[in-house]
Parts: sequence; structure tokens; C-alpha cells
Amino acid sequence: MHELSVVQSMLDIVSEKAKEISAPRIVRINLVVGEISSIVDDCVQFYFDFMAKDTVAEEAELHFERIPLKLKCRKCSHIFFPQTGQWNCPGCGSEGVEVVGGSEFYIDSIEVE
Amino acid sequence: MKVKVLQNILGVNDQIAARNRELLDKNGVRAINIMSSPGAGKTSLILQTIKNLRGKSLAVVEGDIASTLDADKIGEKGVEVVQINTGGECHLDANMLSIALAELNLKTIDLMFIENVGNLICPAEFNLGEHRKVMILSLPEGDDKPFKYPLMFTTADVVIVNKIDLRPVLDFNLEAFSAHVRGINPDVKLFTISCKTGEGVSDWISWLLSELKDEP
Repeated sequence: MHELSVVQSMLDIVSEKAKEISAPRIVRINLVVGEISSIVDDCVQFYFDFMAKDTVAEEAELHFERIPLKLKCRKCSHIFFPQTGQWNCPGCGSEGVEVVGGSEFYIDSIEVE
Repeated sequence: MKVKVLQNILGVNDQIAARNRELLDKNGVRAINIMSSPGAGKTSLILQTIKNLRGKSLAVVEGDIASTLDADKIGEKGVEVVQINTGGECHLDANMLSIALAELNLKTIDLMFIENVGNLICPAEFNLGEHRKVMILSLPEGDDKPFKYPLMFTTADVVIVNKIDLRPVLDFNLEAFSAHVRGINPDVKLFTISCKTGEGVSDWISWLLSELKDEP
């Protein structure tokens, strides 16, 4: 829902990086988005199509790598991927779990010409 | 050619949040970010706190998409309040808070409430520089919310269950809810209160007072 500011921030980061390595054009931006981060791919794409115009990333393709929610049991250390609404450890049944993956939101890399 | 970037997209927000935190610490202000769905009781909790927390100087930063309704209610109680209208943004961010901080005389404030925009999703992503994140869930919203809004429930330092006076007429399973919340967030402080009847408010006030004592 806040993808407008997110896209602006993303463009600032990649433009800065392109400048740093003197790349004239970015062809692809590789994003990593966790399942429980509140980022909607289509919405990012929608704003990006408008906002990237006349920037070094104008023709860049966005690639989203989705990271599933991954939990670790605090009791038996079992690592698992939960079903919606069932966060109990499938190993020992404990409800005490730690989120170890799925809340990421970062730019992994850019591909330039 | 592929070039590694590995930068958090909300990194700029985090930098501004760190500056806000520094400013708050320098002036001895303890800041609490209050988040919930619309209507769960953020303003009611602040009003109850104003009524019951004696001897401390409070200030409130009010975040709303539009209107000054909440700010007016708080201003009527004689508490310093700054309104931020986000103009459609679904959350407060660190930059908005930094603008509000500039309008307050921080030296005179002990405790600051930042009332976020009513939303269980986006506010969880944006650090403001606050010391504590408090979220409110009201009974009518249902006990299944920790699994639906996991980021909010895992980032909160405190979860307040409000409207506990409605328990006799609702099917909310408080034991299951508490177990779920503690499961995904074992260090969380849980309070059950009714801002309407005042039930449980004293526990919340005691916690706030202990927070103010912890201040460096």
C-alpha cells in the first residue's frame, strides 16, 4: 500500500549504484521480498513503470524473488515452512517459534550494460 | 554485468529513524508508537492514559490520513498535540515524525505517544525512532489476527487487548489468542483492558511508569 515511496527509494538506490560503477543503463533489478513483508509485486511494477521514465532504470525489468515464511521452533530448533494459521512446530507441537525468514525486503543486485 | 547491491529498500527511513531516536534521547523523551486497526482504541487508550498518568508531561503526535478529530479530542485535555495528515499514505514514516518533532518543545516532555494511522499492515514496516511499539487489538476483530498480520504481532513490544468488557457477547478465545501471540513473540508484554470501563488500565499505567524509570 506504500509502494509509491518504496519505488522512489528503490530508484534512488539503483541510480546511485549505477552512477558509482558508471553504468549508462540498468537492464534488470533483482528484488528479494519476504512473504510477510507488506509489498505487492504488481503494485511496485505499476509505480515503477511511471516513475522510472527518464531515469537510468527506464528499461529495467523487475525481478521479484519471493522468500517463503520460515519458522524455527524455540524448543526443539526444528525449521519449517508453516501453513497459514498453523504456526505450531510440526516436530514437537510447541507454539514458541521464531521468524527466521520471510520478512526480507531488499535489492539483491542490478544488471547493467 | 551483474552488480551486487544488497541494500534494504527502507534503509533511508531507518537512517532518519535513528536521527529521531537520538533527538528524543538527548531531550529525555520516551516515545511510544501506537498501532492498531481503525477503531481498535488508539485515541481512547491515549485519553485513558492522560486521565490516569499523573505527574508526567505528555505530548501526542497524531497521524491520520485526513481530519483533526483525534487531535482535537486530545488537545481538549490540555495535552500538547501535533497533527500529521499523511494525505493518503497508509502509515507514518520517520521523516513525517521528524517534521512533527521540530514543532514540539522536547525538553519539557517526559512521554510521547505517536498515534499511527489505523492499519495493521504498513506501520509495522516503518521504524520511526520510537522506543517501544505498542499494538492494540480489540475483541471484535477476532482472535485469529496474529496469523493474518504476523509482521505486526512479531514486531510489537506490547500487545493490548482492548474492549475486554465485550467478552461476554463475543466468541473471542483470549487464552488461544495469548498463546498464539506469545508463541510468535515470546518477549511480548500482554495487557487486557477496557478503555470504556477502565478495567486493566492500571496495569498499563504501571508498565508506562516502569518504562519512564528505565530511561537513561
